[in-house]
Amino acid sequence: MTTVATDSSMDTMQGRPRPLRLPQWLRFDGWGALVLPLLLFLILIFVAPLVVMLSRSLTDPSLGLQNYRDLFANSVYLRVLGNTFLIATIVTAVTLALAYPYAYLMTLVGPTWRMIMLGLVLVPFWTSILVRSFALVLFLRDTGAFNATLQSLGVIDEPIPLIRTLPGVVFGMVQVALPFAVLPIFATMQNIDRRLLLAAESLGARPSGAFWRIFVPLSAPGVAAGLLLTFIQALGYYITPALLGGPKNMMIGELIVQQVSSVLRFGFAAALATLLLVTTLLLLLVASRFVDLQKHLMRQT
Amino acid sequence: MTATLQTASPRKSTGASISIDAVSKKYGDNTVLEAVDLDIRAGEFLTLLGASGSGKSTLLNIIAGFIRPNSGTVKVDGRDITSLPPHKRGFGMVFQHYALFPHMSVADNVAFPLKRQKVAKNEIRTRVAEALEMVELGHLGNRRPAELSGGQQQRVALARAIVFRPRVLLMDEPLGALDKLLREQLQLEIRRLHQEMGITFVFVTHDQDEALMMSDRIALLRNGRIVQLGTPEQLYAEPNCRYSAEFVGASNIFTGTIQANGFIDDADGQHYRIPEGADRDGRSLMIRPERLHIATETAFVPESMNRVEAIVEDCIYLGSSRTVQLRTPAGRRLLARTDVPRVPDGVVPGARVHAYWDVHDSRVLD
Amino acid sequence: MTKILTRTGLAVLAALIGVYLILPILIVVPMSFSDSSFLSFPPEKLSLRWFRNLVDDPVWLESAWASLKVALASSVCSVVLGVLAALALVRGRIPFRNTIIAVLLAPLIVPYVIIGLAAYIAFLQLGLTQTTLGFVLVHTCLAVPYVVINVVAGLVAVDRRLEMAAMSLGAGPVTTFFQVTLPLILPSVLAGGLFAFFTSWDEVVTAIFLSGPEVTTLPVQMWSGIRVQIDPTVAAISTLVLLVVFGSFLILGLTRLIRRLARRRVTGPATNTGA
Repeated sequence: MTTVATDSSMDTMQGRPRPLRLPQWLRFDGWGALVLPLLLFLILIFVAPLVVMLSRSLTDPSLGLQNYRDLFANSVYLRVLGNTFLIATIVTAVTLALAYPYAYLMTLVGPTWRMIMLGLVLVPFWTSILVRSFALVLFLRDTGAFNATLQSLGVIDEPIPLIRTLPGVVFGMVQVALPFAVLPIFATMQNIDRRLLLAAESLGARPSGAFWRIFVPLSAPGVAAGLLLTFIQALGYYITPALLGGPKNMMIGELIVQQVSSVLRFGFAAALATLLLVTTLLLLLVASRFVDLQKHLMRQT
Repeated sequence: MTATLQTASPRKSTGASISIDAVSKKYGDNTVLEAVDLDIRAGEFLTLLGASGSGKSTLLNIIAGFIRPNSGTVKVDGRDITSLPPHKRGFGMVFQHYALFPHMSVADNVAFPLKRQKVAKNEIRTRVAEALEMVELGHLGNRRPAELSGGQQQRVALARAIVFRPRVLLMDEPLGALDKLLREQLQLEIRRLHQEMGITFVFVTHDQDEALMMSDRIALLRNGRIVQLGTPEQLYAEPNCRYSAEFVGASNIFTGTIQANGFIDDADGQHYRIPEGADRDGRSLMIRPERLHIATETAFVPESMNRVEAIVEDCIYLGSSRTVQLRTPAGRRLLARTDVPRVPDGVVPGARVHAYWDVHDSRVLD
Repeated sequence: MTKILTRTGLAVLAALIGVYLILPILIVVPMSFSDSSFLSFPPEKLSLRWFRNLVDDPVWLESAWASLKVALASSVCSVVLGVLAALALVRGRIPFRNTIIAVLLAPLIVPYVIIGLAAYIAFLQLGLTQTTLGFVLVHTCLAVPYVVINVVAGLVAVDRRLEMAAMSLGAGPVTTFFQVTLPLILPSVLAGGLFAFFTSWDEVVTAIFLSGPEVTTLPVQMWSGIRVQIDPTVAAISTLVLLVVFGSFLILGLTRLIRRLARRRVTGPATNTGA
């Protein structure tokens, strides 16, 4: 019996059972089918509840866009939205202002120092956000280390109120966001050929000129990635602003939790969450046009 | 240096014959193999020779089962195995970069196929020792692959591929990663292994010297087709086309046409006699360098020979032979090779000489 | 001259940022040894009373136990699902590959508040809130991207020809995976598993939604110990948690270092002219 193998795919590693009987464009091969358990799991546990939440925003308490109308009609809620964007912007700006020089110095120092600097950046990843925010509460409160030290040094007479203020919230959120910004910026900077700067200097440019005209533009992709990641994440923070902020600094995350736990307005909370989700996804879409996000996340070097 | 095999000799297994029928492989628009037919005889050492992109590795992988052909069949001893997965084919395989399991010791590497066959533990130990002895690495069983040199690693790979007594051994450019001296050593060893084991060896290489030295037969591939199949002697002395002539060994090629009385060179209109029965549609005349002789005086050239005037460009002394580079007035470059000391005096760069050859030493090709 | 000034300025700034990055640790650890229940700074008297409270008060032990169960189960599920998915991504053909990758990595990007709310609304109807199962399901979603990323990186580094060699020697696909591939990607799998474990162990936002009198995890217990008024026991827990996290990553790093050193010592001179 002469069999004719008509599989024209770029296949190796035979030994797997025949692929599923689906149309060609939908076909998995044996190995590819291994993704199905996780995919189905995520669709059930991750995607489906999001859809449920979306539909809840349109059905509870009544069918239609009532929740969204309430949201945009009420100045209190609008202030929360505005606050969220404002704080996220400030946090992103401050984070960038700190992450850039830190990453730059990392490229200048020797390997031992670089490892230490990198270690310091990775330490926050291993500390729970709760612990970090809690520690900052202890640090920034009126009887905390910050005020106590300044008072004992005679710099101030009265403690500076930092808890439940905007600076406090920014201080806390930047602490969380900083590692996420430093890593992509550093990765991009590492790939910049220093000889380009030397070449510029040999052609008459001042060192600062070479830096601003050549190095900075070349580091832009990493900065863009860091910027976007920071901003998108900052929109959705809950723990840190809830602990460090006051009623005037409420962000959307805290509003959502409040609506669910105190007032039991599930539909309204769902509407808020849907709004945040859509904003996040839109920003990601815009970002993906300029930055290869997959590469930054997978970092398959 | 060869190990004595009386005590450790495994039962010689007879090799299997492999029959490849109209096998084709395409990737998108790119045809890698086109309707290839090949019959590999049981127990022979067959080399798939070709440049990169000729399809030789693809063909080997199809025999091994890692690539499925688009059409055609592969049969072993008459049995169709085209759809059989590689782990059921029972062929030994050796790769260019050894592919030794880095997380296992040398002995565990060699024992791997025996464990798959559920061989008893003490028998595994003896057979592993035998196999390592056959490749002269008996003392290195406990080492890790990373601790061995390239040559040693390749021997372990060989031991691992033969320990389970396969009837066919497939080798994909196994010596490509080794330096020249080591390569020549291992070429002899592989040849010896073949003679001792008597199984079928299918060997892939781009190195024509290697192919000539080791094979019973050579299949020369070009762009997915077998251009010529034959013994090393046949490929060297009787190439069937210009590509074969130029790929295997050095050659002198005149381009021209066949007319009533012989071959007319395109470049200068010179006329050369051709052997009887030569192809009338031929467009090239080929003479091997060792068949091209040099005379300083026209008087020394026998009447029956073809001759052409040329100027000596360079003499290259290679120890056991001398190669003379010549150039005809029409601009053709020729190569003449002789064993010293038969080169006549007067053959120095710049000298005007006569290159000549026997009609029967030339071949008309496409 | 300006270069030295800027360099010094940079170094000072970087030092400050470095302190800023590890500030929480510098604060929490000393404070957890403070005797006063107001956790004043600097701690006047030192004692272990808050650590003792951890052991004495059943509430802390119960929530820690709940967290441990959830974290273990989530990391096991994440590893199994994640390794399979990684194999598929690296070795297989998947239609709509980019969309599927986006779905697999989405939990990294979507704010946990949203995931928590969605899970809460959906699970409420299914009676899965305040159950260990509910926690495990959600935490697996959150943790599995870390496993996938780690294992994909490890798999890409494995030479396909090793697997081909194994198959040529008689090992079927499953045997090849367990005998050849898995040992080679084991470090990545373990690293992914560790990430998954700590993602679940530390996770607080979705846990707030899913917790209740029936089941509460440690982070949620800590959260209520901060939100209303500061319970100093939280400082003690934080220190312990830090110890465990650092300890395990330290051990992981050390074992890798030891293994690498051990291998190097056994190597003899490796020359290419060996017989």
